[in-house]
Amino acid sequence: MARKLLLEHINVPGINTLDVYRQKGGYRAVEKALKTLTPDEVVEEVKKSGLRGRGGAGFPTGMKWSFLAKPEGVARYLVCNADESEPGTFKDRYLMTYIPHALIEGMIVSSYALGAKTSYIYVRGEMMPQIRILEKAIAEAKAAGLLGKNILGSGYDLELYVQPGGGAYICGEETALLESLEGKRGNPRIKPPFPAIAGLYGCPTVVNNVESIAAVVPIINESGDEYAKIGIGRSTGTKLISASGNLVRPGVYEIELGLPVEEFIYSDEYCGGIANGKRLKATVAGGSSVPVLPANLTLKLANGEPRLMSYESLSEGGFATGTMMGSGGFIAFDEDQCIVRNTWNFSRFYHHESCGQCSPCREGTGWMEKVLHRIEYGHGKMSDIDLLVDVSRKIEGNTICPLGDAAAWPVASAIRHFRDEFEWHVREPLKSQETNYGIAKYAEPIAKAEVTTEN
Amino acid sequence: MLKVEQQQPVEFSPALITKFDEIASRYPEGKQKSALLPVLHEVQAELGWLSAAAMDKVAEYLKIEPIEVYEVASFYSMYFLKPQGKYTLEVCRTGPCCLVGAEKVMDHIEKTLGVKENEVTADGLFSWRGVECLAACGFGPVLQIGPEYTFYENLDEQKVDTLIADLRKK
Repeated sequence: MARKLLLEHINVPGINTLDVYRQKGGYRAVEKALKTLTPDEVVEEVKKSGLRGRGGAGFPTGMKWSFLAKPEGVARYLVCNADESEPGTFKDRYLMTYIPHALIEGMIVSSYALGAKTSYIYVRGEMMPQIRILEKAIAEAKAAGLLGKNILGSGYDLELYVQPGGGAYICGEETALLESLEGKRGNPRIKPPFPAIAGLYGCPTVVNNVESIAAVVPIINESGDEYAKIGIGRSTGTKLISASGNLVRPGVYEIELGLPVEEFIYSDEYCGGIANGKRLKATVAGGSSVPVLPANLTLKLANGEPRLMSYESLSEGGFATGTMMGSGGFIAFDEDQCIVRNTWNFSRFYHHESCGQCSPCREGTGWMEKVLHRIEYGHGKMSDIDLLVDVSRKIEGNTICPLGDAAAWPVASAIRHFRDEFEWHVREPLKSQETNYGIAKYAEPIAKAEVTTEN
Repeated sequence: MLKVEQQQPVEFSPALITKFDEIASRYPEGKQKSALLPVLHEVQAELGWLSAAAMDKVAEYLKIEPIEVYEVASFYSMYFLKPQGKYTLEVCRTGPCCLVGAEKVMDHIEKTLGVKENEVTADGLFSWRGVECLAACGFGPVLQIGPEYTFYENLDEQKVDTLIADLRKK
């Protein structure tokens, strides 16, 4: 049985209340940090833990914290990014629904480490039930002296607020989130300056994902060194994986990083295999933004070794034969799913969610959606396929924020691995409306000749 | 639902103003514009949508220009700039939900309610639309109904029928 650090008590009745959470050892990390550690020592533990940002970028959290500017007399802020909107990702909603105090506790310890006196949890507006849950948990913590003035007699003061978003994927980008928190449209800012220097209200700010902040609790309880022993290589600790699509048991799973992908998909401890006895065709391993992989490259690296659920193994082979860990949104496609249709669906999403600030993204996402729509609906031309590749290349890297890349990668990777299916749609416009292309060669062992080094 | 004509002036109730004051107190002095998104949610929960008159009132309350409210309300997908049905069924239409039948659910809703996406039924009770990923992919297909954004998971045609029948009875 794998170790659980975040979801260990998920099934305990009443774990969403302060009393039960404390009975199960909750708020020990607050006591330990505020009473026995200096803020810098907390930062040091998080650095030692090797924790990497769980929102998608995978940047080391302790390092991010250490960049925070600390000018005299200027407020600092910690903002929790709970604007979970990446298609395929629903772990933060799960955590906030069932163990809200894990996030509150993490916020207290992290705010203490950063010297923030006011912190915000920016929750996407659609999660109104979770906002109510968090507000209740905050009220409980405040009544118990865990928030507010002079927390547990330590002399440290902290106010914690929940801020609802308005329904915009782009606000998951940290500078767009800060703009939104300031009451503006969610247009990402040009960096530098980074939020660590000038963030919320122009003050030094750290923005961290829900899961990253919750992971600080076991790190402080057990020490950074202990946390770093879990996992594999530079992928330390446990990770929440949101599993969706055609699986026997979709849901949120906490895994030790380094778990073989095959075990995650097929073992009864996790997803239990592909639903309805079908075969796996493809996966998107880290949320809709990361490259889609055919089944064979999902389970094995290009050299035939098993692929693991870790930052390094998932990206092994670059974009030619690999993908990314992303936010851990694992989407499985069975043999009946149409890659063209799904790629069009994702393109519509990015077109809808582009903030409109940068021309390549604003225009390019719309073009990709249109071209994919016509291929899917039987009006495509053979030249459309390369046109899509061309447009995606011209978006990638040419925008202020990574939404452009996130829109380009799924299209480019779908064509890289499933070009024959796109060509089939063009060649067989009528047939493609009635039937699907099926699994073709995607589940077969990897042929050596197909592996290119082009990135 | 309170029907507000475009030009009809809006007055916020004292209870709503108290709520605004509480929200505005969460931010440092001089940064009250931060209250804009949560305040708009409160207004929409009360009025059902955001009319120009309501947005002007919000601007007045927060001491900002009306355009600062309009540009925000039009940027975020949750704010309705037109009257909606009493219940707006918002169905997730993004990839993972489509893998497990979201398109069928939307077709069924359209057929059952007899109105197209973004239209309101003649009795003013229902409207519906497809929305982007609601972060519940493992429990798809899903839909939500404001203003409390109650969630309905693992939908099929039968569950949609039951839901609509229950809402009609309310």
